[in-house]
Amino acid sequence: MTDAAVPGGLLDRDFAPFVHDDQSGQSHSLTLLVEGVHCANCIGRIERTLTAEPGVTEARVNLTTGRLNLTWQGNRDRINQLAAMVEGLGYPVAPFDQADPLEHDQAHEKSLLRALAVAGFGAANIMLMSVAMWSGAADKDATRLLFNLLSAVIAVPVTAYAGMPFFKSAWGVLKNRGTNMDVPISLAVILAVGLSLVQITQGEAHVWFESATMLLFFLLIGRLLDTRARGKARSTVSRLLALRHESAHVIGDDGTINIAPADQVEPGMRLMVPAGAKIPVDGTIDTGTTELDCSLITGERTPRMVEQGDKIHAGTINLGSPVTMTATLVKDDTLLAEITRLMELAEQKRGRIVVLADKIARAYVPVVHALALLSLTFWLTLGNASLTQALEITIAVLVITCPCALALAVPVVQVLSSTQLMKAGLFIKSPTALERLAEVDMIAFDKTGTLTEPMPVPDTSGLNDRAKSVAAGLAANSMHPLARSLAAALSAVSPATTPPKDVMEVPGAGMSAMLPDGEAKLGRWDWVGGTSPGDDPRPRLWLKLPDEAPQLIPFEDMLRPDAGRTIKTLKQSGYELALLSGDHMQAVRRIADEIEIDDWHAAIRPKDKLSWLEDAQASGYRVMMVGDGLNDGPALAGAHVSLSPSTATDLAQNAADVVFQGKSLLAITRLLTVAKKSAALARQNITFAICYNVVAVPLAMAGEVTPMIAALAMSASSIIVTLNSFRIAREVK
Amino acid sequence: MSVLVFMVPLAIALGLIGLAGFLWALHNGQFDDPDGSASRILLDDDGPLP
Repeated sequence: MTDAAVPGGLLDRDFAPFVHDDQSGQSHSLTLLVEGVHCANCIGRIERTLTAEPGVTEARVNLTTGRLNLTWQGNRDRINQLAAMVEGLGYPVAPFDQADPLEHDQAHEKSLLRALAVAGFGAANIMLMSVAMWSGAADKDATRLLFNLLSAVIAVPVTAYAGMPFFKSAWGVLKNRGTNMDVPISLAVILAVGLSLVQITQGEAHVWFESATMLLFFLLIGRLLDTRARGKARSTVSRLLALRHESAHVIGDDGTINIAPADQVEPGMRLMVPAGAKIPVDGTIDTGTTELDCSLITGERTPRMVEQGDKIHAGTINLGSPVTMTATLVKDDTLLAEITRLMELAEQKRGRIVVLADKIARAYVPVVHALALLSLTFWLTLGNASLTQALEITIAVLVITCPCALALAVPVVQVLSSTQLMKAGLFIKSPTALERLAEVDMIAFDKTGTLTEPMPVPDTSGLNDRAKSVAAGLAANSMHPLARSLAAALSAVSPATTPPKDVMEVPGAGMSAMLPDGEAKLGRWDWVGGTSPGDDPRPRLWLKLPDEAPQLIPFEDMLRPDAGRTIKTLKQSGYELALLSGDHMQAVRRIADEIEIDDWHAAIRPKDKLSWLEDAQASGYRVMMVGDGLNDGPALAGAHVSLSPSTATDLAQNAADVVFQGKSLLAITRLLTVAKKSAALARQNITFAICYNVVAVPLAMAGEVTPMIAALAMSASSIIVTLNSFRIAREVK
Repeated sequence: MSVLVFMVPLAIALGLIGLAGFLWALHNGQFDDPDGSASRILLDDDGPLP
């Protein structure tokens, strides 16, 4: 999609339904998502402009979340004026919904931070006393008892509070008879604290409080970073999407027009669709004739003419003149919703992907617990140990195998990779995407908007300077996608003559303007007077200058600047490549030949894309789908892993695992390289963690591990795993 | 060593004050916008404080 999807902007939208009032009804507030705020200057401009307005009591920009909190007195509807002022400064805004799942993410992140602070406090203070005891400074019984008691007083509430995220998750999977990494973590923490308490009552020396709190502290760091990185990627993507939310202009019985959110439209309601607006629901046209941009539905970018009685679909864009329509299908019944369901179905078929860490946990948990049980029975029977001694050794086994290094092995690498990728404009939305990316061996591309620029590019080489200048002037006045593309292509040309004034747009035909020497026209061949294109489906415009013959401006798909290089690199790295396009044969063949993809398919429908993918995956390929249109949606959802440019349609971005910003396709090669490196590092980490266990567990089973050795070994293994993970940073640069 | 009876609880109490301070700051929104706080220092508004 191009940014033609948000034409007209704010003037069509009403923010008043989103406003919150305080109890007195005098003061109103609203949180807005603001796009493009990234420096002190932006904050300053927005806040200064708004606070200078009478009645505005608070205007505060949050740079981290990209939100603006606004509070004002007086009229509720002033929000539209205030929002327009912010857009006037160059920052598009959208109302922020408090029920947004992202709000929940943030609350979760905050609770993890609180748990981390508590665990940090506990670990530091208990360590203080443990180190004293290990060094022998507290060798008197009374001193040791004091230290142990104080440690217990700190450790019990700290582990109860800071361990909650793990306990909850472990309980959740246990209830469903599953297991994950949180089960051994929870067990280790609870047993370590529980047995230490028993030890104190019996006057024994071995307590494990510091192991339990340090374990929680390390793990919470990993979990917090993980949540933060993923939350940020998701919020960036959803912020881009929120800016596109649409509303409907409902025509009342008395002819007045009210603006309502699109999901409140009922079948039978009459709607007005202004020029440049998105069609909010499915329906039929009552009055008016216009052109629609149906690229969202069909992937086809050449506009379609519609008139009275024609069916139109939600998500298409009115490019011509205002029309009125009657809603027939709304909310979940629209064609848009149907395609969404097809996507959800495809996603379910893909099956549940088991995260690597959980796979390990499934193998690891039974082994550890079996070993602990084995040592307990051995020491009780053949080892002739007392129950306390046997239990102590069992705990030592559980604590020393405490899955710290294992639990950190994968997440730390992933957090670091996704953070680095995010800085490079690649947003990893799915927690398992990196693992799946590393397995890819075939890549399927969509053509339009993915390999090529979203819009076809005009060939203006046949035009002289005057023609270019007039064409630019005419095109600049239209929302038509071809005209916009022409205007963009010609904007670099300095105007040789004064641009035309008083441009008239004839919907479905083109633009005209009076020049000093006569009328100039830009538009369809039959309106301007050019020759019929026959059955050549390529988009084209005609330009007519006064006293000159009409000139043809052909449009061609233009490859993204480094598409050729990217394809070549991917081929050299051994990936199978395919091109799946809904476009016509000629256009697809030209592109496929140019970038040398042999396996190409033209004119295929969304369903066929999906079944092609399923066939490929059935024959053993792991396919990555790269696409941007709604017609790619099912394929994106059904692929092993999927990627969308940030210019893609909302649904495509929602379905994709990764969204990339910018024009460069080299993002794909970078993404795959980082994913592979990250998988390699994760494997190294796991290998190390397992080796550590292989050494430590026999020692613990033999009863040779003191609390000090346990704590040192555990911390050292965690630190080594973390340091190893940092090597990913070199890879991304 | 009996001084420990005072010193250790004192150390823990100091730690608790720090923890309470952090939790208060977190609750108060001090960590809601770290990027913004880093940038705001560059704004030189000489006007009255809000």
